[in-house]
Amino acid sequence: MSRLIEEITARGVRMGLPITVHMDVTYRCNERCDHCYLDHEDHGEMTTAEIKRVLDQLAAAGTFFLVFSGGEVFMRQDFFEILEYARRLQFDVNVKTNAVMIREAEARRLRALGVRRFQVSIYSHDAAVHDGITRLPGSLQRSLRAMRLLKDHGMYVTLANVLMRQNMHDYAGTQRLAREMGIDFALDPTITPMLDGSTAPLTMRIPVERLQEVYQDASLGPLGGDACGSDAEDVQGNASCSAGHASCYISPYGDLYPCVQFPMPCGNLRQQSFQEIWGGSPQLTELRSIRVRDLPSCSSCGNVGSCSRCPGLAYMEGNMRGPSTADCEKSYARTGHASVNLLARMNSAATTANPKLVQIQV
Amino acid sequence: MSDRYIARSAAIAARLLEGEMVIMSALDSTLFTLNPTATAIWQAADGVTPLQEIVRQAIQAQFSEVPESALQDAEAFVEALARHGILLLSDRPITEASALGATS
Repeated sequence: MSRLIEEITARGVRMGLPITVHMDVTYRCNERCDHCYLDHEDHGEMTTAEIKRVLDQLAAAGTFFLVFSGGEVFMRQDFFEILEYARRLQFDVNVKTNAVMIREAEARRLRALGVRRFQVSIYSHDAAVHDGITRLPGSLQRSLRAMRLLKDHGMYVTLANVLMRQNMHDYAGTQRLAREMGIDFALDPTITPMLDGSTAPLTMRIPVERLQEVYQDASLGPLGGDACGSDAEDVQGNASCSAGHASCYISPYGDLYPCVQFPMPCGNLRQQSFQEIWGGSPQLTELRSIRVRDLPSCSSCGNVGSCSRCPGLAYMEGNMRGPSTADCEKSYARTGHASVNLLARMNSAATTANPKLVQIQV
Repeated sequence: MSDRYIARSAAIAARLLEGEMVIMSALDSTLFTLNPTATAIWQAADGVTPLQEIVRQAIQAQFSEVPESALQDAEAFVEALARHGILLLSDRPITEASALGATS
């Protein structure tokens, strides 16, 4: 994140403005990725008019960075109409997509609309691995072709490589592919539970020992999600991240949450205006009151200064003031020091009858 | 300052925060924050009002007199934004169609 973007986000936190909003316009998708946290059904998506009304409210509230995602955004036949409306409201628009539906005409139109950046999920440079995860034959070839088109038309493209057991040996080759294409590469080992609470995807998280190897690979740079952490020496007075402070997430059904990774319902945009929820939600008010010093386990942890603790993942573990075990594992992989939470879990596991449970993993 | 005209490019993102305009170029991802006077110039860039008039009004809103150096500074600022594609600069009035056309 550039210094100016950090400053704008900090200004948003200070002023209580929703500088960044992530809006999923659909959960429908043409891929069926193994690790996906969505159900791919349409349970009553917002209409075009409803989304435009929300965009009007976001512009009035001060939102600058707008991320459209899904599901697959191009599954909506009105997506270009939504994009055009968002650009007329002068949002900085980023799109997360698998890109398989983008051809020359779409790339040209996206450029004309002034969409600035795309993030495309690629799981491996090996088609068998990538297509195996997406369960869409030919998807790697189609995604890569679209990424080249977007780049050729002058748009910024990031190859997002989510790391899981199925592809954990491929990231170096995938990074090389991104370099050859002249695009950014972002690796993220974060696998989250499904939005319905199912923890089935968590079995795909890579083992801690493999995570350590990844974190010690100097060629990768900062890993995805780690931008949420802080390098400040004294973090006790800080909030955990910008979720709910200067950013939020809106589902295809108009539900507002602090973040896509933080499924704490704060209100619905079909029943209330954005400003009513942003300014008056008791859940957001409570979240904004929490400082690192208030976290019963994490505030005394030696890794607190560099931890990327995600309050949303902690919420999914049962307590937004508690630790996020996935981030404890990342901290352990990065620093070699077990967190207070991991030590407690290890001690707890050591007292059980089954020694096989003594592992640092979920 | 000769008669010149400025219009806001369509290839930008912009939002007014705390009285300062924040602008991101969709072309090169350059991010600008404009002070209140520059923000006033930006907001008045309608393509048909001469630049000299826009600058005079923007500066007079802040100060009682308009120093010549301020006009030169404003022109340099406008040219800098034009180089990044943030503003369109022309010797003739700029229509909405030509401003939009510049983004494609």
